Amino acid sequence: MIAIIDYGMGNLKSVFNAFKQVSPEADIKVTSNPADIKKAHRVVFPGQGAMPDCIRELDERNLRSSVIDAAKTKPFLGICIGLQMLFDKSEEGNVDGLGLLSGTIKRFNNQNSLDESGHKLKIPHMGWNEVSQTNKHPLWQNISDNDRFYFVHSYYLESQDKSIVSAETSYAQKFCCAIAKDNIFAVQFHPEKSSLAGLELIKNFIQWSI
Amino acid sequence: MSLAKRIIPCLDVTDGRVVKGINFLELKDAGDPVEVAKKYNEQGADELTFLDITASSDNRGLILHIIENVAKEVFIPLTVGGGVRTVEDVRNLLNAGADKVSINTSAIINPDIIYQTSSRFGSQCIVVAIDAKLTLEGSKSFWQVFTHGGRNATRLNAIEWAEKMVSLGAGELLITSMDRDGTKKGFDLELIKAISDKVDVPIIASGGVGDLQHLVDGIKIGGADAVLAASIFHFGEYKISEAKAFMKSNHIEIRQ
Repeated sequence: MIAIIDYGMGNLKSVFNAFKQVSPEADIKVTSNPADIKKAHRVVFPGQGAMPDCIRELDERNLRSSVIDAAKTKPFLGICIGLQMLFDKSEEGNVDGLGLLSGTIKRFNNQNSLDESGHKLKIPHMGWNEVSQTNKHPLWQNISDNDRFYFVHSYYLESQDKSIVSAETSYAQKFCCAIAKDNIFAVQFHPEKSSLAGLELIKNFIQWSI
Repeated sequence: MSLAKRIIPCLDVTDGRVVKGINFLELKDAGDPVEVAKKYNEQGADELTFLDITASSDNRGLILHIIENVAKEVFIPLTVGGGVRTVEDVRNLLNAGADKVSINTSAIINPDIIYQTSSRFGSQCIVVAIDAKLTLEGSKSFWQVFTHGGRNATRLNAIEWAEKMVSLGAGELLITSMDRDGTKKGFDLELIKAISDKVDVPIIASGGVGDLQHLVDGIKIGGADAVLAASIFHFGEYKISEAKAFMKSNHIEIRQ
């Protein structure tokens, strides 16, 4: 069973739909039940909205330890805030993350930044940007380097640990948009909204054996 | 290499069908929403916007059903607007599979809905649609915000309104020039630029597209992050792939 963790922050139907599209036969469950997460063979940790709210909702549902267990033991895919929450802390509301990985989530600064056509840098970073793969990973299989994925976020990961970086994207500056460590893979973009490339990544996750 | 500028076809939906009007007069059936959405997706649309133009409240539920079905088959961002009044409306649309909800008239009646919905669901899913018309007042002119599809004047200055909406949590603005809408003369570039220069969030330019150069101008001159068009795509004048090729030849980053 593939568990998509639901902690009340926004709509997970897009994630569910994308997994169903890729693998109609698979047993996919959107769930907030720790027993499901424990039983699952793969776990998807999505997230949208503000990180302080996400952490609070996660704790209100007593899901913190289930998420941490899953992230330590089975194929685990973090999406958007689901990536951000894995790290030490975020500038957004100055909140602590789950601390599974070391790094800080920072806000894009557009005070002195222009985009490449000379216009003011817009926040959120919203739209299709190129994802440059920095290491070989089973989740990048059949996805071209620099293929575009759909992003929508105002905060990004800054980590001193370069060994976990799996892809980078440029938005006025280069930032890490995908991380990989052991059984964890997490992306800042939305594979479920990234058309064929996104579906390919989801397919790779479903087939990923660690 | 950077973030791609987006092309967003807009689908007007009523009674469960996509419709297209000719100069806003007669509405012609333009097909099943799921089929039209799939077609645009295959052509390379970066997002889709659905505008529920159902006049009566009887058939409002239909749009939810449509979005549910589109979201099962089309894996790009979907925005839905038209008649969104309450936090509950936003929740229902998001639950049906919309990624963003566009709010227009109800933000003017109750600006706080933008704060309520963006703090509940995140700014990333709240688009504020602003319909503006250049209005003469004495010897001065300003872009005035209109509601109800351009019928009702509000006295609000569109630039100030845009700033206010962003401060309340709008994550994106959809700017339509009522002067240009339906004219095929191109976007009101001054309006787009005036707002784009003032706010931090992405701007979608809308209203008046008649040819592909207009799309380029909206981005290069207006500073828009995305361009929305209906008729040039619905009537088959241009395919989205052609629009993208033209933008690329004008050195605009696009997603191929």
